[in-house]
Amino acid sequence: MLHYAFMRAAFMAALLISIVCGPVGWFLVLRRQSFASHALAHVGFAGATAALVVDQPALLGFGVGSVLSGVAMGAISYRVIGHDVIIGLVLSLAMGIGVLCLHFLTRSAHAAMSLLFGNILGVDTNTLWALFFLSAGCLVVLACIARPLLLATLQPEVAEAKGVSLRLINCIFLVLVAVATVECTQATGILLVFTLMVAPAAAIIRQGFSPIVGMVATTALAVGESWGGLVLSWYTSWPVVFWIAALGAVGFGISHGIVLLSLKRK
Amino acid sequence: MSSTPHSVAVPILEVQDLTLLRGKQKVLDSVSFSIQAGSFVAVLGGNGAGKTSLFRVILGLESLKTGQVRVLGQEVKPGKASIGYMPQMRELVAGQFKGWNMVAAAFRGGVCGLPWYNQMCCAQVNAALAAVDALDLAHRPIATLSGGQQQRLMLAQAFLDDPRLLLLDEPLASLDHARRRDTVQRIYTYARTKEMTVLLSTHDMIPLQGFIDYILYLVDGRALLGRVEEVMTAQALTALYGTPVEVVQAGGHLFVVTKEGGDTLHSCACEG
Repeated sequence: MLHYAFMRAAFMAALLISIVCGPVGWFLVLRRQSFASHALAHVGFAGATAALVVDQPALLGFGVGSVLSGVAMGAISYRVIGHDVIIGLVLSLAMGIGVLCLHFLTRSAHAAMSLLFGNILGVDTNTLWALFFLSAGCLVVLACIARPLLLATLQPEVAEAKGVSLRLINCIFLVLVAVATVECTQATGILLVFTLMVAPAAAIIRQGFSPIVGMVATTALAVGESWGGLVLSWYTSWPVVFWIAALGAVGFGISHGIVLLSLKRK
Repeated sequence: MSSTPHSVAVPILEVQDLTLLRGKQKVLDSVSFSIQAGSFVAVLGGNGAGKTSLFRVILGLESLKTGQVRVLGQEVKPGKASIGYMPQMRELVAGQFKGWNMVAAAFRGGVCGLPWYNQMCCAQVNAALAAVDALDLAHRPIATLSGGQQQRLMLAQAFLDDPRLLLLDEPLASLDHARRRDTVQRIYTYARTKEMTVLLSTHDMIPLQGFIDYILYLVDGRALLGRVEEVMTAQALTALYGTPVEVVQAGGHLFVVTKEGGDTLHSCACEG
């Protein structure tokens, strides 16, 4: 299956996406902000469709939409973000705008499908380069803020006392989440961002590893699940996204089982 | 009389004419005091008296209406002064984490980089855990620990990074009585060996008996600093409360009773 250029590109894209989704997702689950990636993906959808209407690349519109909303979310305090009604309203408004843009964009239903469900088998070289730079940038920034971000997550008051600005670090982190979401939707689409962003991290965090080990393990699991999805899709010709979602659920189930077993043994 | 270098009083903490507003309410009202290096100070006061606000001010986390706060002669800025802070207990996130990892996260936790724990960090974390008798606890997941056990981990966390000043916000709150006395003893010993100054807020003064040098008594944002026998008198507290207060001795303990319905705030063991 690696004879085909599109499969090689797909494996490469899955790797680039997973190495960002791993550590970002790990923090996302630890900070209990999983929903944020979902929200950012929806706002990104509106941006992407709007970009298509004015003949710009969807990825660009998606990026602008979700990064801007990431900054906005970070700038407003946690409390407002926790307000599920407001989030719900913003999400449905964003999806509504997306649908309106699609209405104007009558020529391509395919674009909508790949936005919603991803199109990892159709990744071209330009997109691959874009993913490479996004991943590299994201990881560099995360490596810089990981330490204060961890303390801000576990002990916000202590972090403040040590000079960490909670608002600033939350803002930076949400921008990273936005970038990771943009990348992730290339593989899984808007509707299934959870499968790569949240599922591997949720499985690993249950194991209680130390931070660095946890992040590396999450990344490895994310790579394993996305590559596994590609392989299974190749042999079954079922959609890649289905397999990634299924593997995500299986991974979480196994992790949960391990926890239950170790509890029983005690 | 000759004065040895040790008897020269160095104020580690100076607070001058401090007023802090929340909305229109004065949380701290023209508070002034100064604390010498090496002191062990109990911060007393009812709920809402301004204890936590005062700690946040000392950490440089609040914008003041008036006044100045200096730690080691420097005006405070978040993260600049060498202060160990233990906030009030609340539910800890990441219950699956081992306690050790939660504690270690605070080691140079404000510095950029990866949360990588080198040998020096491990040594410091283990020393801090040993000081509060929590080495064994630290290898269990946080979710399996009781409130009091989690509190000991947070206390160890405040010891990291070699602070000169410790601000402990109700470190005894969810401990039983024997544990309280033991914890105060451990804080005292650790602070003495490391030459740290301690401000410890509490509702219960009994376990502190014999350890504290000063009391900082807060009422409605006003403060009074002094030795135990200076502060715990009807005269001093009446002036601070602004209403008549009695200090009642009963059962070997002192009780502060305000006129409005016997608002018993604190008890402390009597001198003599």
